[in-house]
Amino acid sequence: MTEKNEGIELLTIGSGEAFQPFNWSVGRYGSYFLKELKDNKTFYGVKCPKCGKVYVPPRKVCGRCYVAMDELVKVSDEGEVAVCTIIQFGFVDPSTGYQQPVPYGYAFIKLDGADTLLPFFLDSTDPERVKVGARVKAVFEDKRTGSIADIKHFTILD
Amino acid sequence: MGKKVAIVGFGQTYQRSSRKDVNGVELINEAVRAALEDAELTINDIDAIVIGNMDHFEGVNYVDCWSAEGSGAVMKPIFKVTTGGTTGTTVAMCGYYHVASGMFDRVLAIGWEKNSESDTTGAIVTAFHPVWERTRFGGAIAGLAVEASKYMHNYGVTERDGARVAVRERLHALNNPYSQLHQDWMKGMEPEQIVDLLVTSEQNQMLAYPLRMSDMCPRTDGAAAVVFASEGVAEKIAPTPAWVISTHNRHNYVFLGDINWDRNDTLEAAAKKVFEDAGIKEPLKEIDVCELYLPYSYAGLKWMESIGFCGPGEGPKLVWDGVTDMDGELPVNPSGGVMSSNPIGATAILRVGEGALQVMGKAGDRQVPKDVNYSLCTGFGGCNWADVMLLGKKKPS
Repeated sequence: MTEKNEGIELLTIGSGEAFQPFNWSVGRYGSYFLKELKDNKTFYGVKCPKCGKVYVPPRKVCGRCYVAMDELVKVSDEGEVAVCTIIQFGFVDPSTGYQQPVPYGYAFIKLDGADTLLPFFLDSTDPERVKVGARVKAVFEDKRTGSIADIKHFTILD
Repeated sequence: MGKKVAIVGFGQTYQRSSRKDVNGVELINEAVRAALEDAELTINDIDAIVIGNMDHFEGVNYVDCWSAEGSGAVMKPIFKVTTGGTTGTTVAMCGYYHVASGMFDRVLAIGWEKNSESDTTGAIVTAFHPVWERTRFGGAIAGLAVEASKYMHNYGVTERDGARVAVRERLHALNNPYSQLHQDWMKGMEPEQIVDLLVTSEQNQMLAYPLRMSDMCPRTDGAAAVVFASEGVAEKIAPTPAWVISTHNRHNYVFLGDINWDRNDTLEAAAKKVFEDAGIKEPLKEIDVCELYLPYSYAGLKWMESIGFCGPGEGPKLVWDGVTDMDGELPVNPSGGVMSSNPIGATAILRVGEGALQVMGKAGDRQVPKDVNYSLCTGFGGCNWADVMLLGKKKPS
């Protein structure tokens, strides 16, 4: 580290209130998943014709078998906490530019009937309840718009 | 297999939480000049350059273009690679491939980052799917905390076990002037005593259970560069080149929710293939030193098992027994590792450079007190990517 120019204030220049909106395609299966969430409060996955694995959210290719998947299957709105934590540190949500509200329980949830995990936040910050193996159920917003935010949170049933 | 390739030079910047005294180009130049000086080469001797970082930390794209004056790439072939946390090892692998191809004799591989320029977690989150994964996702800290939850659940591992890894890394960092963290208050204390303090101190903020501040890597500004050279050339540059014995990487998923959290199966598969190439059957006995990308404490337990240094659930015993300390059978991270310094795009190439120093006998105060024939280096990326590179003193046959 150079000691030259000692005494000069080292500057950083801020980006200002930068905001750049994106529009992400979710494809046919993604659109179906979100429509079902909105209209029927129902989760859908897709089943691999070769290994039988059910992926949530649905996508078109099973990477391991490298075959196309076209069987959309309904999975439960209840499931089990596979892995979890309680987030306590503050950080910026890149979607809004604002600090995330902390603390909150957070888990990867294995919905009954699915083989992959859905990441979402929980309605509890109690370390005795936010645990691997806890049973959870999706709670939906009354007014739904066709986005993942139609899920209000997952509530712990145990 | 291509030409044999060795590391003949390594340079790094001082890594600090904020290097406001330099901009990106200047930081990169600092590492490149140090690497060239180490190899006693000039930029004219370099045939090609590979560079990498994660653009979203600085919000400025195309480092291969804008850093040309600092990297030395003016009127030379330069390629950028970016693979998340593994960027540094992937840059190293790419440098190795360049030389192994026989088309370039001396290649410079550079990794860098200025994490002080943005909110690190906010930037990391942008590496994950905007629709399916970002809802309240807490970046690396959240991803690693949930991994720890399962590992603790499976094997009854405790917060003290995790803290023991953190203590090892921070004690080792005291020997490394380049490292960001120097926790001098730990000097002269017994590991158990420090562990007790870490798991009870209210100053040691809980970030996301079970991860406290001391369990995580810091965010760092820094750069590092490695010079790769071909056989015939390498021996003339370095008295003891660090030969690349084998290198492999593995990647396995689209979404984090697809992972089997019980195992680090990408690291397991990449390490297995490297050991197979090298004819290594008992890694714990045959590897002399490691520079592993361990971004948080519990990785120093679970991932040791994934590499094959011990069986499932046996990580804590290995670490508590002192096997991985400086004077142990398998010293891990003599540099202080990622938990002591984490300029993300440079972090994994620091592992390769530090691993090379151990083989070359040039690690100074952090040189392990034993012969080093094999040094194992790894990279880890949040997208569950694993890079493994084995370096050795003996030119591979």
